[in-house]
Amino acid sequence: MTAPGQPLLALRGVKAYYGNVAALKGVDVEIREGEIVALIGANGAGKSTLMMTVFGAPRAREGEIRFAGRDITALPTHEIAKLRIAQSPEGRRIFPRMTVLENLQIGGTVSDAADLSADLDRVFTLFPRLRDRQHQRGGTLSGGEQQMLAIGRALMARPRLILLDEPSLGLAPLLVQQIFAAIRTLNEQDKLTVFLVEQNAHHALKLAHRGYVIVNGEISMQGSGRELLQRPEIRAAYLEGGVR
Amino acid sequence: MEYFVQQLINGITLGSIYGLIAIGYTMVYGIIGMINFAHGDIFMVGAFLALIAFLVAVAAGVSSVPLALFIVLLVSMALTALYGWTVERIAYRPLRQSFRLAPLISAIGMSIVLENYVQVAQGARVKPLPPLVHGGYTLFEGNDFAVRLSNIQIIVVITTIALMAGFSFVVARTRLGRNMRACEQDMKMAALVGIDVDRTISLTFVIGAALAAVAGLMFLLYYGVVDFFIGFLAGVKAFTAAVLGGIGSLPGAMIGGILIGLIETMWSAYFSIEYKDVAAFGILIIVLIFLPTGLLGRPEVEKV
Repeated sequence: MTAPGQPLLALRGVKAYYGNVAALKGVDVEIREGEIVALIGANGAGKSTLMMTVFGAPRAREGEIRFAGRDITALPTHEIAKLRIAQSPEGRRIFPRMTVLENLQIGGTVSDAADLSADLDRVFTLFPRLRDRQHQRGGTLSGGEQQMLAIGRALMARPRLILLDEPSLGLAPLLVQQIFAAIRTLNEQDKLTVFLVEQNAHHALKLAHRGYVIVNGEISMQGSGRELLQRPEIRAAYLEGGVR
Repeated sequence: MEYFVQQLINGITLGSIYGLIAIGYTMVYGIIGMINFAHGDIFMVGAFLALIAFLVAVAAGVSSVPLALFIVLLVSMALTALYGWTVERIAYRPLRQSFRLAPLISAIGMSIVLENYVQVAQGARVKPLPPLVHGGYTLFEGNDFAVRLSNIQIIVVITTIALMAGFSFVVARTRLGRNMRACEQDMKMAALVGIDVDRTISLTFVIGAALAAVAGLMFLLYYGVVDFFIGFLAGVKAFTAAVLGGIGSLPGAMIGGILIGLIETMWSAYFSIEYKDVAAFGILIIVLIFLPTGLLGRPEVEKV
């Protein structure tokens, strides 16, 4: 458990690079237990990099990342996953030549084998479509189903913190609503802490307790979801005329 | 007809040995997308370790042939696996982030090192092993030609089938196999779900080397001789088998192995034994030109 007042995930002054190109230029982000936090920003602002940097891929070259008080900045990626941080990454990255069931089993790599069937059930209840398709290969699913599978796979780790990279990308509006409703349920019922990256700022900020705006590798604004939604500069940049 | 059946039996036996080696090529290629050019020499090391283990077993007073075979099998698999592990640690892991050609070059380096190491340590001369497994069956006779199936051929083929079945089960059904397939399909994602990618790659080399050791033992029993250079030709032929079957495909490696064994044997039997290697490598060239993904390989699709 985290001590009271201590954030579950904290990034302080994190700098990350691709080659010599700075992708994150000293980022501070805090996520407390039980929160939904949204990170919004334009294409190439560093949203996905930030999520991957939590897992050390790319590794933060400067600054510090702490999870539940523990310094994880230099930990190998798979060891970070073992602390029960799960990610549904950019592009979903479903294992294409494995069945839906195998994808979910892989998601449970860090979990107890004894919990497998209960965890599968939980995912199938949340996304009944996956149950119907469990013996189908991941690569043959539609975009929406793949998104559900990516989230389901992350949930199989029984995460304390789940990182969701653009869960609404490329999905029909109805599916987007479904996915967001699922995230809300997970947060309210299972007290799952959610860190969400979105271009779909309107939806994300309505869902999130707090939000950060990232511009060109730096956090430019932060505040509660409602607060950010009202800000004129956010409305101009990410809502009106942008993604609805 | 009798002659043909005999060649069929010989070809399948030889092909089984190629198939066992080819699995090592295909698995390593599957997981890191590179050919392990030291694998043929791992096979050669396996054959030598088997020979040494035999001599030690005999010196230690093991007189039962099946028991000796079993001990030798385990010992040579374990020690050869260690060589496979070492090759990965020295020639591949430090270069994983490097440019693509670098590990290939270092693997060729490892291959040269292993050959010369064995040549220095064991001498360049051919080492014989007195035949241990005798006997066989005469299947049928006709036209003055008896079709024989020797016990050693039975052992080779059955061992190969058993290992293939066991290994396919591991890949398809076990956690280790699932982790291997995950690393093969998306290494970064595999790490994100908590799979130790380095360890999984190491295990792939270890298993490939252990199978090559079995092939080495079979080669030793079948031909009764080894030298430091057998890894080169057998390695290239097994590589051809893996390409013919579709590199990255496990059943492909086995089918490719059997086909290369058959082609080589039939060519020797009906055309010319001097040119049997030309036949095998001619196949490699033809496959690469007309069927680059092999018989069971899947086409390389650019990821979107």
